[in-house]
Amino acid sequence: MKTFQDLFRRYRRPGDFFIALLSLLFALFLLINLPTQAPWLENVKTFAQPAFWPGVAVIGMVVFSALHLFGAIVSERIPGRMAEVVEWIKALEFAAWFMAYVWLVPLLGYLPSTLVFTVLLTLRLGYRGWRWILGAAVFGTFVVLVFKGFLQVRIPAGEVYDYLPSGPFRTFVMTYL
Amino acid sequence: MVELLSGIQMLATPAVLFALLVGSIGGVIIGAIPGVGAPVAIAILLPATFSMEPLVGLTMLLGIYGSSMYGGSLPAILINTPGTAVNALTTYDGHPMTKRGEALRALGLAYGASFVGGILSILALILLSPVLAKVAPMFGSREIFLAALLGIVLVVIAHRGQTFAAGSLAAFGILLATIGLEPVRYTQRYTFGFDFLSSGVDLIVVVLGLFALSQGFLLATRPDEAPQGARVVGNLFKAMTGVFRHKRIAAAGSGFGVLMGIIPGVGEFTAQFLTYTYAQKTSKTPEEFGNGSPEGLIASESANNAVPAAAMIPLLALGIPGEALTAMMLSVFYVHNVVPGPGLFQNQLDFVYALYMAMLLLNVLVVIFVGLSSNLLLRVIQIPTRFLGMTILTLGFVGVYSLRNSITDCAVATVFGILGLVLKRQNLPTVPIILGMVLGGIMEVKLRASMARVKTPLDFVDRPIAAIIAGAIVLLILVHIWGVIRERRATSPEDSHDHDIHDSQQG
Repeated sequence: MKTFQDLFRRYRRPGDFFIALLSLLFALFLLINLPTQAPWLENVKTFAQPAFWPGVAVIGMVVFSALHLFGAIVSERIPGRMAEVVEWIKALEFAAWFMAYVWLVPLLGYLPSTLVFTVLLTLRLGYRGWRWILGAAVFGTFVVLVFKGFLQVRIPAGEVYDYLPSGPFRTFVMTYL
Repeated sequence: MVELLSGIQMLATPAVLFALLVGSIGGVIIGAIPGVGAPVAIAILLPATFSMEPLVGLTMLLGIYGSSMYGGSLPAILINTPGTAVNALTTYDGHPMTKRGEALRALGLAYGASFVGGILSILALILLSPVLAKVAPMFGSREIFLAALLGIVLVVIAHRGQTFAAGSLAAFGILLATIGLEPVRYTQRYTFGFDFLSSGVDLIVVVLGLFALSQGFLLATRPDEAPQGARVVGNLFKAMTGVFRHKRIAAAGSGFGVLMGIIPGVGEFTAQFLTYTYAQKTSKTPEEFGNGSPEGLIASESANNAVPAAAMIPLLALGIPGEALTAMMLSVFYVHNVVPGPGLFQNQLDFVYALYMAMLLLNVLVVIFVGLSSNLLLRVIQIPTRFLGMTILTLGFVGVYSLRNSITDCAVATVFGILGLVLKRQNLPTVPIILGMVLGGIMEVKLRASMARVKTPLDFVDRPIAAIIAGAIVLLILVHIWGVIRERRATSPEDSHDHDIHDSQQG
């Protein structure tokens, strides 16, 4: 019979020590700030204290993170810790792509920004050839039409739309694209 | 009976039926694409459902939740890659069956088991609902507090082998729920002077970051893969009936699924573990488990598919979500000012029945769809994973930005996206954060309300249900510690297994 951990293969990975350490440092930082960030009030019962639950949570984080770190220290070291951390850092590039997209939408408008984002990111991810570009553009247009055109989710019109000649076309673009 | 008919009437509107159709078929497709599971899809669609009627929005989300596991078994069996995290166990027996030329039988058994699990769990719950309507009002503030605490304890100990990390993440979730202006005394908590933190950290922003953006980042940074699988030849409907040769396992899977779905904090994995272990222990051929055992396959698929309907029970009856997807659905209720809880079962039983009828219908729709379109689905899922990462980021943007058009929300979601990526790469769970956030908020309110009448600690558990739940919490912790000590002997040494990233934690 396999154990739960074996059945779902939830094994430790390189970087376990690092994440446990970061987690404990973060929890300790929160604990140090507890008195100033969640003050204990006078003449208020313990369970009604605004600081009670943040206190429970932060102490919980410190205790569990410390145990996690202890577990990581006494366990066998798995090679590849730094390579794993590098992978985390690499992901920041795509976080930057995402935030650039967020920044672009109110300026260029939803449809143009989405087309720029999908096509450029597709190229960045290593896909070449007109089929991929077309696929990315069609997908971007589809998303805009479904969410803004059909479901009418709240996404503001781009600033550049103001430069379009006033009339039904501008209204259409501002409402649906 | 009147409520049941009224529930059917509520369901029989074009908008609800359309939402059900879109949810169920969309759910199968989403579930079948490795790398996009129901959590990703529900997180993205959540803000869009806020403008819909509660039943329409919930039906669509339930459709995705209930059908994604059907779709997820397709790549699990044919290409050894689970479509959703809860299909990981299906690969153990499903793919070896494919390799020995039994792909049609494996798929049929998986779909059949999913169908039996889904239908049996819904029928059990329809029969149970009148009982729940009587029991739910017995839950006062203390009982709800204890049930939420039970959920937190269970979500931590259910991650056997990762309990410390799960505990720390659940505590982090509880902390997130406290950030901002405290609602009774108006003191700032952990805002560090930042205005954007005064209103608190939005659950949906965290959900979108942890489930959707993290998956986008993960896929974009990993090497490209395009799943390829061979066509399935033969009559799938006929193959589905094969499940009736293993009625006992399918019924056990449904039973464990219902039980584990009702108990907050546990969910599909524990249901699958219990069913799989039971099936193996009682099998005449236990050595076949993991090498293409039809019983193992049925155990996995009947257990996971019985959970969604049952998971709605604590959500609807007590307002306590038991896992991440129902936690997301809770926000749909809140947006419409419908507070799920004991009153819902007493006063709006027809609404509850409508949801169950929708799930019943969903299982029928899905089984017809998968029976007819598995080969087509196989072509749809051949999207390369990095391209898929781009599509998730594009869709994730709609989810976050359409909430409040806030760049800050997007930045917060991005931070959680990176955190989610790190956790997924570490094979660590993200669910404890979400449950900590939701249940932590509930615990704070309910503890404060219940302490007004409590003079001594024993007063807290002087009502039968409170005493039972408190006893269960203590017992579970003791059993867990005992189980860990016992399992230590059975645990394989560090060098006997790989240290790769595995799909059983991913959206």
